[in-house]
Amino acid sequence: MATDVTAPRTMILNMGPQHPSTHGVLRVVLELDGETVVRAQPDVGYLHTGIEKTAENKMWSQAVTLTDRVDYLCPMVNNLCYCLAVEKLLGLEPPPKAQWMRVMLAELTRLNSHLVWLGTHAIDIGAMSVFLYCFREREELLKIFEMASGQRMMTSYIRIGGLALEPPLGFFERVRQVIALFPSRIDEYENLLTENPIWKERTQGVGAISLEDAIDLGMTGPTLRACGLAWDIRKAEPYTGYDRFDFEIPTLTAGDVYSRYLVRIAEMRQSVRIVEQAMDGMPAGRVIAEAQGVVLPDREKMKTQMEALIYHFKIVTEGFRVPAGEVVQKVESPRGEMAYYIVSDGGTQPYRCFIRGPSFGNLQGVPKLVEGALLADVISSLGSIDFVLGDVDR
Amino acid sequence: MLTAELQSIPAVVEARTDHGQDIVWIDPPRIVEACRYLKEEQRYVRLSFITAVDWYPTEPRFEVVYNLHSLDQNHYLRLKARLGGADSEIDSVTGVWRAANWYEREVFDLFGIRFRHHPDLRRIMMPEGWEGHPLRKDYPLSGPR
Repeated sequence: MATDVTAPRTMILNMGPQHPSTHGVLRVVLELDGETVVRAQPDVGYLHTGIEKTAENKMWSQAVTLTDRVDYLCPMVNNLCYCLAVEKLLGLEPPPKAQWMRVMLAELTRLNSHLVWLGTHAIDIGAMSVFLYCFREREELLKIFEMASGQRMMTSYIRIGGLALEPPLGFFERVRQVIALFPSRIDEYENLLTENPIWKERTQGVGAISLEDAIDLGMTGPTLRACGLAWDIRKAEPYTGYDRFDFEIPTLTAGDVYSRYLVRIAEMRQSVRIVEQAMDGMPAGRVIAEAQGVVLPDREKMKTQMEALIYHFKIVTEGFRVPAGEVVQKVESPRGEMAYYIVSDGGTQPYRCFIRGPSFGNLQGVPKLVEGALLADVISSLGSIDFVLGDVDR
Repeated sequence: MLTAELQSIPAVVEARTDHGQDIVWIDPPRIVEACRYLKEEQRYVRLSFITAVDWYPTEPRFEVVYNLHSLDQNHYLRLKARLGGADSEIDSVTGVWRAANWYEREVFDLFGIRFRHHPDLRRIMMPEGWEGHPLRKDYPLSGPR
């Protein structure tokens, strides 16, 4: 039988799960007509590690270490969201210094995450050098995290009731030095990209989405703000004292890759402002609440007082009980709406711990961004929504 | 106490406020009707997530949880539908919010709850051909299933 040569023919191309621009283990099944994408179908799950199931089998305080590993580019924000949820169930209020520190660390984490995004996004599109500059500053941020928590990435520094440790001597001076560099360094990235004709060619009008579509598909964060919606959970439902900080929500209306780039750059500048305010207004005092039976007693007390020793022993061996109930805690992660839905049955372990990773919702919108576009634009669209597969697959 | 707007949702079985968050139980066969009403009449334009809780061995064992968000009112609302272990099936709300697609696939994959009229009900996290649904409480953390 003769083949009809005039019939439209499409080809299936598997992008990933090892493709460098899929930033981890994402597979996108593309149906191509020549170089035009007819259909795109993201295939996730390669990094599913059952974090929710594991959390249900850990004590409340142990599960903090799992939350680092969800979105590994913003561990502090995950720690924060989980701890806020558990604190809500416990009715526990962390001391003022812990709250200000949390805001500061969350914003440093946002800077850290946006730097990784900018570096890798630019390298995907071919601007190799931006990556080197971004990682130069990121290294300084990681050193700050290491100074506070002893770890560069999986910090587990934010704990139920406050923070794990008092920050070491010289910590705040170090943060001040690093953060003072940022405004000029962000200018530097912008000098490389914002008016760069190749960058604009590759990003303007590419991967555009309307606000209605973005909301309906479950996209959040900078992607929505680049479509013109000034919705940021830090403002809409302030947590851990964000209402005491002065910052703006940058928005644009084009909804394309370039707008998402500009929104994130503007967010980095706002984060610098928040960190500066947090440094200036940092209250004195403890960094963890005094809550007998929930928070480990101070080392000194544990070694000198019988009662403190008993509580220490009980918390470590059998954990603590959380009153039955359920709560949804939302925070603004660098990628959008992060929510932890935690159910307690009154036991020593979470009964259910659902994690709404913003990347999961954002990735669902990818077919809408790329269908009808050219294959080369898939790369810039994927990079622009800044997903983390750990956050998608959990 | 729930506001008058929330009391007018069709098919409400029960309502409660927990830690300042509104939770409404819906009669499972009418879930799509309730969701459509909330989206169109009360501007709950965003579906934040869908998940489930397994209360095994209590019956009805499953609770499907829908977290809705109204941007106009800056208000979140949690809908819940109770499903038994034997007939764990509910209508899909993908016709109301496209965002429901992956969330329903995830609940199907990890809990084994089937969504009727879902356009693409396949496993999303576990490999194809996997046996069992890991987030069920009778599914062990390790060892033989």
